[in-house]
Amino acid sequence: MNVPRKIMILVLSLSVLILAFQRCSTTSEGVAKTIELCDPIGSQMPYFTPVTSSPRTPDEDGFLRRWLLLEPIDKPNRTNTVFTDSYIRETFNAGYFPAQFTVVPHEGDKVTVGDRELKWHALDATGFNVKLFRFASNLDKQMYGVLFWVVTIVDSPREMQNVRMAVGSNSASMWWLNGGETLLLTGDRRMVMDDFVSKRITLKKGQNIIRGAVINGPGMSDFCVRFIDENGDPVRDLTISFENTGN
Amino acid sequence: MRSHFLKGTVFILFFLRLSGLIFAQEGEPYIHDPSTIMLCDGKYYTFGTGGGGLISEDGWIWHGGAERPGGGVAPDVIHIGDRYYMTYAKGGGGLGGGHASNVYVMWTKTLDPKSPDFGFKDETIVATSDGEEDCDAIDSAFLLDPTDGRLWLSYGTYFGFIRLIELDPKTGKRMPGNEPVNIAIDCEATAMMYRDGWYYLLGTHGTCCDGPNSTYNIRVGRSRKVTGPYLDNMDIPMLRGGGKLVAAANGPLIGAGHFGLLDLGDGVEKFSCHYEADLRRSGRSVLSIQPLLWKDGWPVGGENFKEGTYQIRSERSGYALELVVNFVRMPHTRRWFRRENNEPIKPVPPQVLADVISDWPTGNIEVRMGDFMVRPHQKWAITPVDSVGGYPGSPWFKITIAGTDRALAATADCEVVTVPAFIKAPEQLWRIDRMIDGTYRIMPKIVPNSGEPLVLTAVGARTPTLARFDPNSDNSRWNFIEQ
Repeated sequence: MNVPRKIMILVLSLSVLILAFQRCSTTSEGVAKTIELCDPIGSQMPYFTPVTSSPRTPDEDGFLRRWLLLEPIDKPNRTNTVFTDSYIRETFNAGYFPAQFTVVPHEGDKVTVGDRELKWHALDATGFNVKLFRFASNLDKQMYGVLFWVVTIVDSPREMQNVRMAVGSNSASMWWLNGGETLLLTGDRRMVMDDFVSKRITLKKGQNIIRGAVINGPGMSDFCVRFIDENGDPVRDLTISFENTGN
Repeated sequence: MRSHFLKGTVFILFFLRLSGLIFAQEGEPYIHDPSTIMLCDGKYYTFGTGGGGLISEDGWIWHGGAERPGGGVAPDVIHIGDRYYMTYAKGGGGLGGGHASNVYVMWTKTLDPKSPDFGFKDETIVATSDGEEDCDAIDSAFLLDPTDGRLWLSYGTYFGFIRLIELDPKTGKRMPGNEPVNIAIDCEATAMMYRDGWYYLLGTHGTCCDGPNSTYNIRVGRSRKVTGPYLDNMDIPMLRGGGKLVAAANGPLIGAGHFGLLDLGDGVEKFSCHYEADLRRSGRSVLSIQPLLWKDGWPVGGENFKEGTYQIRSERSGYALELVVNFVRMPHTRRWFRRENNEPIKPVPPQVLADVISDWPTGNIEVRMGDFMVRPHQKWAITPVDSVGGYPGSPWFKITIAGTDRALAATADCEVVTVPAFIKAPEQLWRIDRMIDGTYRIMPKIVPNSGEPLVLTAVGARTPTLARFDPNSDNSRWNFIEQ
């Protein structure tokens, strides 16, 4: 490579970098400042928006987008190949914080896991899938070697029999409906909608509590959840809220 | 003596191997020129040359007992309204040296000879050959055109032309003024069918009636009009001897002839034929029922499912049916892919059942679909089950994890699971039908507490269940990849 060509590439690279800075901020004064403006810590945009008081329904494909997400629990794994059935079952059934299988948290609630205090966040995902990796990175939390707990509540206008919970997750995950296990997704997984589907289950009239746990070593954690009916069509006539009426 | 014993042993082993691969109907399925199989009052019927025919409760085990008057050769049957029309021919066929023949049609309300409604009526001659003309009026077969309800009859043999005439579907008699149309030469035992805008004329080529030396084989041409011209895949007219192969000798079954469509609906089509000789059964002529596949608009004779050890792969997702057990890693030393070394190349032993089975639960184990990794929890031995009957073309199968007695079973909540032992329970018996596209439909004999015919279905990418069959979806289509 000759010298003029090197110079040309250097100029081009600098130009691209400057354009990128300007796209984030017109007052950029340095790389660190620019990154903060572009992706401020604590903001969940563009992957999440704060939950509003208005009720939320599943999206047109039935995906549940409103969730309570707990900041990631430290669970170091250098590889996802360890996520065998028995490992996942043992890991997710271990106790990390009080009442983890019964609590319906509120925005801002805190739990202590080991020597860390972790906070629950009530968020609406902007996409069909809940990007846990971005949730963690936007909070400046660890993104790899993590275990996420998630909770949501769906209100059904009537008893719905023979529906199924359909889940995709990156990586392994485990799911419960009203305290009963519905799905176990093991192995080094990528997220695919309707990857695993539960047996026929019943959504009771009123509130149904969905609880999930997602684990990942290296990789971009996320998940998607919806209910489908006997014909495989999405169940949409649900509302999602976090006010547990206990019925 | 020893030499004879050895030869006998080799002979038996040879046929055991063949019989493990190629199924023929059970019972006494001995017949020549079987008519199109009819389902009447819950039983299957087919009629053959010489009078009489076969009856089956399930389409797999066949016995004599079907009745038709008139003798003669090569009957065919069609069900229209409340009548079963029967056609057959007498005379001709070169039998006794002549080609003068008559084709008859008669009808009955039922094919069950024990029913008070049984009895053939209104026998009438619908076609003839005088022994001199270029036609020998035998081997007649019906086609009811689904596009307009017109009833057609093809007939003829090697002596001249195959001809087509029109009948009145209300009476079975020849339509007034109808003149025969020549549609093929140099074949016999014709049959016709319609599909997707094409009329198909199937004829049998080769030598008949010579046992294991018969070269009989079934061929086909197609036309946009029922009256032809029928061309094969190379555009050779059947009036010039063309015909694309559909079925021929296979394994111990020699000389395929006399096609008959058995449309079971929902994308499952089969065809009946006879093989001139079943080498396992004294070289006798036997009934066979096989899958009919379709490729590029042409019918292809498929083989019935063969026993063996398989990966069961979902057409929907490509993932393979497996036990829900821990994935056990194979011993492996990580290497830099492109770093050269002088390490000698040696084979890596595959993971075998003994490596993993001690880790498996002993009770029921659920199933899912996973990435196929050629592992013991993904290999299924599929074996015909004796003494429990079957369905058109095949016996019931058991599906077990290879090397074990752990069997796939339907559950009362319409799911699938594996149970520790196969006990011939009906929920452990499986019907495996090949679809017209070559994939398979897998159906338990019964689903406990359910009267519905449910099939193995992928409800998610990796989740199997039992559900109603949807012929328009890949959810219920499976592939078997031999291991």
